[in-house]
Amino acid sequence: MSALFVKSIKFLIGGAFVVALFLALWTTVAGMINEPAAETAAEEFHLKPEHLALQSDGPFGTFDEQQVQRGFQVYKEVCAACHSLSLVSFRELEGIGYTEAQVKAIATGWTTPQPTFDPKTGDRGERPNTPADRFPHVYYPGQGSPPDLSLIAKAREGGASYIHALLTGYQAQPAELLEKFPDAKTPEGLHYNPYFANLNLAMPAPLTSEGQVQYLDGTRATVDQMSKDVSAFLVWTAEPTLEKRHAVGFATILFLIALLFLTFGAYRSVWAGVKH
Amino acid sequence: MSFPWAKQYAPKHPVMQWIDEKLPLPRFVYNAIGSGYPVPRNLNYFWNFGVLSGVALVCQIVTGVILAMHFHSSAAGAFESVNGTIMRDVNAGWFLRFAHANGASMFFIVVYTHIARGLYYGSYKAPREMVWLLGVVIFLLLMATAFMGYVLPWGQMSFWGAQVITGFFSAIPVVGDWIRIWLLGGYAPDDAALNRFFSLHYLLPFVIAAVVILHIWALHIPGSSNPTGVEVKDEQDTVPFHPYYTAKDGLGLVVFLIVFALLIFFAPDMLGHPDNYIPANPLSTPAHIVPEWYFLPFYAILKSFTFDLILPAKLWGVLAMFGSILLMFFLPWLDKSPVRSGSYRPMYRIFFWIMIVDVFVLGYVGGAEPIARNVILGQIASMYYFAHFLIIVPIVSRLERPKPLPNSITEAVLAKGKSGETAVSA
Amino acid sequence: MATLDQAVPPEGAAGPEGESLENPRRRDWLQYAAVSFGAVGAGVVVLPLINSMNPSADVLAQSTTEVDLSAIEPGQAIKATFRKQPLFVRNLTQKEIDEANAVPLSALRDPQTLAERTKEGHENWLITLGVCTHLGCVPLGAGEGENRGPFGGYFCPCHGSAYDTAARIRQGPAPSNLVVPDYEFTSDTTVTVG
Repeated sequence: MSALFVKSIKFLIGGAFVVALFLALWTTVAGMINEPAAETAAEEFHLKPEHLALQSDGPFGTFDEQQVQRGFQVYKEVCAACHSLSLVSFRELEGIGYTEAQVKAIATGWTTPQPTFDPKTGDRGERPNTPADRFPHVYYPGQGSPPDLSLIAKAREGGASYIHALLTGYQAQPAELLEKFPDAKTPEGLHYNPYFANLNLAMPAPLTSEGQVQYLDGTRATVDQMSKDVSAFLVWTAEPTLEKRHAVGFATILFLIALLFLTFGAYRSVWAGVKH
Repeated sequence: MSFPWAKQYAPKHPVMQWIDEKLPLPRFVYNAIGSGYPVPRNLNYFWNFGVLSGVALVCQIVTGVILAMHFHSSAAGAFESVNGTIMRDVNAGWFLRFAHANGASMFFIVVYTHIARGLYYGSYKAPREMVWLLGVVIFLLLMATAFMGYVLPWGQMSFWGAQVITGFFSAIPVVGDWIRIWLLGGYAPDDAALNRFFSLHYLLPFVIAAVVILHIWALHIPGSSNPTGVEVKDEQDTVPFHPYYTAKDGLGLVVFLIVFALLIFFAPDMLGHPDNYIPANPLSTPAHIVPEWYFLPFYAILKSFTFDLILPAKLWGVLAMFGSILLMFFLPWLDKSPVRSGSYRPMYRIFFWIMIVDVFVLGYVGGAEPIARNVILGQIASMYYFAHFLIIVPIVSRLERPKPLPNSITEAVLAKGKSGETAVSA
Repeated sequence: MATLDQAVPPEGAAGPEGESLENPRRRDWLQYAAVSFGAVGAGVVVLPLINSMNPSADVLAQSTTEVDLSAIEPGQAIKATFRKQPLFVRNLTQKEIDEANAVPLSALRDPQTLAERTKEGHENWLITLGVCTHLGCVPLGAGEGENRGPFGGYFCPCHGSAYDTAARIRQGPAPSNLVVPDYEFTSDTTVTVG
């Protein structure tokens, strides 16, 4: 008897899992038939961002320094009022074509100062930024908490395309949405945007009119252009080493392909004459 | 070592002779991975993946030791040290970080292939049960190490992964909540949990390395298996490991490195999750939390149990998830078929491939949203998973009529040559 | 030969094991090339690993240090920090300057005049790193009431190196004078170091 039990224990355990799963499956199917999941406004009206083509795309992508600099200008004049960029250092701006002197001027002229603390006296104060500093943290007392933008292009599904789509996607709530989901009216203080996961976000449209930023290089500052540029800038802030990564990667792959031919030849020559 | 015709280590150089007399380490290496280890001549490319797993372990230890030099293990500083200091300021830090993160994925890719090889060719069967058991131990240690490593950057997925995975233990009746709090050193993941995970994440790879040595030691007692599953009979059946398999593994290694380099340099975030680029926020769970891809099949099993059958559904899910791995320990005694290789087992082979597809389905479900269609798919796939190992494999091993085996490895190799180089199906 | 394999075509005379090491066909240039190419690759990979332990960009970019001299009386010294190292700023008295200038260069282990170690017009301001050139301890003498050693400058308690009023090594194991960093006077009472 006990020998039989030991022999069939695998079937008992396996059977228990299968039965538990079968009952679970039964309730899932029954649930699906009895109470089909209600459609939500977010499921029906959420839009996937259209692809934004940038020079940094693809395996050979590099940064378009002019565009990234324009994007920095948009960040500085529009986004920086609420959004931090606290993983990026001023000195890193040299990577997008600014000279050392320009970086120093940008740092010292930055509106938000660096906080200081004197551990001896306990005094808190402020000092101007230097190129060695990270961008100062922006405190936001209003409703909502604007996310730090340093990594935003990596932290959102769709990356730059999502940022561009979100910035250009503000619109009035469609009438058909309200007709179908009367409860889904955008609450007071939020703003309708079909590219945002739940359709309503706290940030009002930040880029609203052409010429909101006066580009130094004379590019026409349409809302679409500014959105593209700031997206390109945020791709850079998310990974300033991207160009280097592509370049090193290209050399590495070339080397490995050469090595592949050699190792294949060596393998053939070692095994020559041995059937296997 | 294992065969009478194995070549003996005979150092010619007096320095090597001197060392070999005092400490026979060169002899040990020669017998383990040198000319002194006779290996079946007919191993196919699936036999590369053991060595590749070892290479992946070494890559992870090397990059990890250096990353640890720059990492700040604190809830306040971990995210900034990884995404700020290491990725931006440390020389080649971005390379180390991407190599380590994608190295974990490469490790799992080669280990899963290595396990699947073992399942298809019956490598777990006598006399290699111990090799298999140690392999399962390595796999468990690897999963623990990978999980704790994923917590370290302290992004949203790190934090909520730690929360959810330690939550498994709260399913244990009576003492579960106490165990969870003990594991975390608090009520939610914070400095205490992060620091102990860092400590263990640094320790466990060296434990893995030690078990790997036992795994190879146990392998060298019977010697390697082979695609026919027929044991080595005489000297004709084998070639020395070096230079034959060092050359073949070298070729496999370069292919591995090409895939690895493509991931590091051209798709470093493909296998990661965007939410882990958001700093951990204990007050807000991401909309859709998923583990790393290599845990998805197990996660799908966990999610599939939604019915309280005597035990609560939560406990069923946790038991099943751990059970799905632990049952591997019993595989040598679940599959009693005297034939090792799936190539000669027509019925087993069919179920093996269903099981592989099943695991991919579970992987899909693990990462998909829990809508009814996916839940149903996951429940059916989980059912098959347990049925496969606990019911189908034991029954098939009794009912099946295997194809005739070749008399020897050499005979199989020669027959293959005669029938126009058609490969023994793999 | 016992190990000869019938399957081997006649032109490939070697067996699956055994004499492969002696067979020149097997050890042809491809194997050497593959191994040496791979070794070069491994060597190149080691470089970024080693380089990652060099100071990172944020450490290299650490800002310059500004020191306010207005509160330092003649004969006093203060300790500041420069790149996480102690920095001694000393306002020399006329007596100390004279003492330093009285020493013949030939008597010095590391011959330098006080003028070479200070800025023109500010000869009373001796600014040096507070790092003993022997093995890196912080010498005494900058703090109020600390032992200034037999030469009235700085004295390292670790191994007994004594520095004079120009922070030049005079006695003990240290090989050279305390290092004078790059600095400039931005006004009469402030210097920027670095």
